[in-house]
Amino acid sequence: MAGLSLDLLALQIFTGLALGAVYVLLATGMSLIFGMLTVVNFAHGAFFALGAYAGFLVLALGGNFWLALLAVPIVTGLLGMAVEWGLVRHLYGRGIDDPLLLTFGLSYVLVELIRIFAGTQGLPFDTPDALAGAVDIGIGYFPLYRLFVIAMTVTILFLLWLFLERTRIGLIIRAGARDPEIMRVLGVDTGRVWRLVFGLGTAIAGLAGLLAAPLQGVSPEMGNAILADAFVVTVVGGMGSLAGAIIAGLLVGVIVSLTALFAPEAGDVAIFALMAVVLLIRPQGFFGRAGLMS
Amino acid sequence: MLRVHDLNAWYGPSHVLQGVGFEVGVGEIVCLIGRNGAGKTTTLKAVMGLIARRGGRVLLAGEDILARPAHARFARGLAYVPEERRIVPGLTVGENLRLGLIATRRFGDAGREIAAMATLFPRLGERLDQIAVTLSGGEQQMLAIARAMIAGPRMIMLDEPSEGIMPALVDEMFALFARMKQSGTTILLVEQNVERALEIADRAYILDQGVIVHEGRARALLQDAAIKERYCSV
Ligand SMILES: Nc1ncnc2c1ncn2[C@@H]1O[C@H](COP(=O)(O)OP(=O)(O)OP(=O)(O)O)[C@@H](O)[C@H]1O
Ligand SMILES: [Mg+2]
Repeated sequence: MAGLSLDLLALQIFTGLALGAVYVLLATGMSLIFGMLTVVNFAHGAFFALGAYAGFLVLALGGNFWLALLAVPIVTGLLGMAVEWGLVRHLYGRGIDDPLLLTFGLSYVLVELIRIFAGTQGLPFDTPDALAGAVDIGIGYFPLYRLFVIAMTVTILFLLWLFLERTRIGLIIRAGARDPEIMRVLGVDTGRVWRLVFGLGTAIAGLAGLLAAPLQGVSPEMGNAILADAFVVTVVGGMGSLAGAIIAGLLVGVIVSLTALFAPEAGDVAIFALMAVVLLIRPQGFFGRAGLMS
Repeated sequence: MLRVHDLNAWYGPSHVLQGVGFEVGVGEIVCLIGRNGAGKTTTLKAVMGLIARRGGRVLLAGEDILARPAHARFARGLAYVPEERRIVPGLTVGENLRLGLIATRRFGDAGREIAAMATLFPRLGERLDQIAVTLSGGEQQMLAIARAMIAGPRMIMLDEPSEGIMPALVDEMFALFARMKQSGTTILLVEQNVERALEIADRAYILDQGVIVHEGRARALLQDAAIKERYCSV
């Protein structure tokens, strides 16, 4: 460990923030869906993979990365709405287990579909030319694309915040998460709002998958491992809390990145240890409301 | 305005409403009274479409709405202020008022509509930016009523609006109901405060154990000590 410079440490933390940005996006979507629908979406990782493959398809058809950034959330968002309409909505009011099992099964089906249509092998995903290379960020050279991922995440979160705080549908979502029945009394078709929220969550998941693709390539299983991590993030941050998803996402990203540097053999264990500690000290997570699961 | 025939409702296996029937004419204030557990709240919920298992006929302006979802009843001009008020936590007074317009075309004009409501409910007008659940109980009830009224419903159902509210505000509230009636709103009022309610009502129904056991003019019921003794003691 000797000779580790402060700059290297700072760079590794920055790398962790880029990784954390992807976690934040995934966990934000999961939290949004859980906060409003009380559905733990275990298919969220599959939508992440679908987003990456949809992006791959856009490029293969001659489109560019910027077009993919636009098309992918639309595709995964509409698919999410179809899933909510066809499957998930029939299980509302049946507690937390049934939708969890449904989406768990669905994730296997979706991953298998990817394998059937795109092959079981992983595929390379090039960093877009304009974002290749590294830039000097003061503490050393840092890959431009990772900076882009961080910037995109900040932008998406800002737009999401504007949407929730400043629009009519945003107000419906905030109020509906607290008291759906009064929203029906006030004339809101909550079923449509729930469909939209599910689609919003899967749209962000797909976008996260696309953003992650140049970092790790695409493979049918790419969502499985990251779903486990994103799940840790939502639990640590507090189920249903967007602020929790952001802070815990960045924290988990940094922890993963630092353990990779200092104790690679502990890489997989570290964040679950974090989750265990948080659950012991604060079972509802950083920002979660107590008793939400009961 | 509202005609209810043979309304039945169940919670799981228990058959709570067993053929309730009543009518509310256009522009009337009709009072629904009865002991605790008689089924008053269940009746309003069933009329609003919030009870999963129910049967019978509920005609709003001639149209049977029983099978329609709650939000479609709102769209047809039916408003409901639940017993628990249901002020949405985390939102301000102004945002809660906005919720009353959220499903209407007038949402874009919410600022002006809220200003108009603020003159009608000055206590709320002074506190538009306050988090709504920090209001007093009476103020929260006023907010719940204002939120239901802001969209201009044809008919409003109120479940025990005066419950747990200080007397000065209760006076203000009953004066408000009289004004709402004058401006053409039909009112179905569930109240434990029987005397006060009968003073402003046109007619009343008494509900006991899930059936209507008596109906009459409010004035006549007000003088009928025996009936009041039998069905309205808490
Ligand atoms: N969610 C529920 N599940 C099961 N039973 C219920 C439920 N809500 C009410 N009940 C029962 O249905 C009956 C009628 O209740 P309801 O709330 O309609 O009475 P109420 O006339 O409004 O009484 P109160 O004056 O106390 O408000 C009662 O016996 C009550 O215990
Ligand atoms: Mg009641």
